[in-house]
Amino acid sequence: MTHKTTLLTSTLLALGLAAPALAQDVPASAEDDVLKIGLVYTLSGPPAALGVQARDGFMLYADQVGELGGMETEIIVVDDEGRPDLAADRARELVQRDNVDFVVGPIFSNILMAIHQPVTSTGTVLISTNAGTSTLAGEGCTPNFFTTSYQNDQNHEVMGAYAESQGYTNVFLMAPNYQAGQDSLAGFKHSYTGGTAGEVFTELGQLDFSSELAQIAAFQPDAVFTFMPGGMGVNLVKQYAQAGLTTIPFLSAFTVDETTLPATQDAALGLLGGANWAPDLENEANEKFVTAYIEKYDSVPGTYAMQAYDAAQLIDSAVRKVNGDLTDRDALLAAIKEADFDSPRGDFSFGKNNFPVQDFYLVEAVKRDDGYYGTSIREKIFDDYVDNYADQCGM
Amino acid sequence: MMNLFILQLLNGVQLGVLLFLIAAGLTLVFGIMDVINLAHGVLYMVGAYLIATFAAVTGSFWWGLLLMLPAAVAVGLVIEFLVMRRLYARSHLDQVLATFGLVIMANEAVKMIWGTSPLSVPMPDILSGSVPLMGPLQYPVYRIAVIVAGLAVALGLFVMVNYTRVGMLLRAGATNRSTVSALGVDINRLFAIVFTLGAVLACLAGALVAPVLSVDTGMGESVLILTFVVVVIGGIGSIKGAFLGALLVAVVDTLGGVFGPILLREVLDPSTASQVGRVLAPMLVYILMAVILFAKPAGLFGSRA
Repeated sequence: MTHKTTLLTSTLLALGLAAPALAQDVPASAEDDVLKIGLVYTLSGPPAALGVQARDGFMLYADQVGELGGMETEIIVVDDEGRPDLAADRARELVQRDNVDFVVGPIFSNILMAIHQPVTSTGTVLISTNAGTSTLAGEGCTPNFFTTSYQNDQNHEVMGAYAESQGYTNVFLMAPNYQAGQDSLAGFKHSYTGGTAGEVFTELGQLDFSSELAQIAAFQPDAVFTFMPGGMGVNLVKQYAQAGLTTIPFLSAFTVDETTLPATQDAALGLLGGANWAPDLENEANEKFVTAYIEKYDSVPGTYAMQAYDAAQLIDSAVRKVNGDLTDRDALLAAIKEADFDSPRGDFSFGKNNFPVQDFYLVEAVKRDDGYYGTSIREKIFDDYVDNYADQCGM
Repeated sequence: MMNLFILQLLNGVQLGVLLFLIAAGLTLVFGIMDVINLAHGVLYMVGAYLIATFAAVTGSFWWGLLLMLPAAVAVGLVIEFLVMRRLYARSHLDQVLATFGLVIMANEAVKMIWGTSPLSVPMPDILSGSVPLMGPLQYPVYRIAVIVAGLAVALGLFVMVNYTRVGMLLRAGATNRSTVSALGVDINRLFAIVFTLGAVLACLAGALVAPVLSVDTGMGESVLILTFVVVVIGGIGSIKGAFLGALLVAVVDTLGGVFGPILLREVLDPSTASQVGRVLAPMLVYILMAVILFAKPAGLFGSRA
């Protein structure tokens, strides 16, 4: 290798190294006049129902408006297959090859942790429509990461507060044995001070709950609190009803919702959950959203769909505010932070860590007047609730 | 604590009869045909999918169950003809590879036909709900029905194996296969009968469990290992062994799974206790297997080691 080529190579290398550093401030994507959005959701495997709802919710608003933010809009949907490694690769492709302006998604916290750094380090805006891990709400908060859902602990805290208000002294706790399951029970106990009849961690993916139900039947607790997302929840709810345990209040989070109700149907009626919204919440924006969703997809939207719908509204409102000029990053981030749109959940604003400040409700599974199964608001538990980690955020 | 013990005992028996239905076929195929069939769990899954489909089409669990049986016979015959027949003369390693391939193909095929989201089968009205046992204790009617159905099938098999001509051939085949074929018995026909019988029993187990669990791909693999343990404990080729082995394994598994953590909770914190308990419960089954094999190397009722 001659001196000349060595010089050339090292210059090229230096340029290559410098490029991402430049991108820190204004991503190349901001220069063109097309608004590009990448959606990262789990669209295959058992938990696909959640990702499908989120994607549909986002596309519902995008299709209604046509041009988000008044700009020509291109939406790229990718499937993370529930695999963090794959999700990180897909997110990198979206940011570096497809030059997207926004990445929206995912469903699961472990996926969020995998794509957070690859996306936000390039200056691209990341909007989580479901996962809200504590680290990103606290010390790990960044100006270009927003959440339209909740902080993960909050729905569990809602149920803890409800159990507390009911004066329960003897609650049976059950969750799958992995990080989110342990966080769930910790979140419940954050706002519940009574005693526990038992604390059981089940195997992740367990489908037969006869052993756990036998314990509940034998201990006769005041109530059961559980976090059993997806297929685990479907099986638990059906078996709970079959075991004749429905006289014991069933409190849950992410277990009884619009993604599992089509499978559990009558078995889930009367079971309680904690949520930031329900399809029958009374306000104009919600009525419009739920009616349009049912009409288009022939199913009732859950929080996954609503939160993604809000992400589309959020992008639309922010891009309009800056008149389609995505190069002024400070102005864009400030416009997003204003959250100037009508959320189906009513009150919505961003706290200092870019996580929502919103109300939380006790919801109950019902058969709706239109024949679909869905959740229904019972009572408001928290008003304008700020998550516990916002104080640790240095922004 | 006594209440819990009784409930868990019932749960154990219920799991036991299901394991027996699956293990009965596996032990016959293994014992008589000398084929290691890793794809036996696939049949359990297919049974669940078949009843889900037929129940959805006819709107009735009973019609679903009735239509599932001839379909299961067809599935058994087709797999025997297309795959198993080619494996009888091969080594065990070839059989393991081929049937493992069958597992992967079947799981993917199920995904293509029925999609990735789990299906559910409606429980028949007459069997839903629960019956009071004692005090506040209740037990689901359906699980009792599963126990009754399993025991009825076990009785039927017992009569068939001990008092019919086919049963005599089955027993003879399990004891000494080459002599049976030397006596002029059409061994191909016998093998087809054995395999199909096993397939129908496994499909039946899948169909019975479908209203309780959600019907999902990969549900077969979750029971396959326990089933092999049952076969080994009971003695290869023995229906009686499969029955006792299945009950033994299931009861030890369910009681250990609950009382292990409860005892451990006295000394450890809940998360660790549950974790240790969960690790210990499946180990109990293998410890049981090791002890039985130490005392009786051919299993409880095995005719050859």
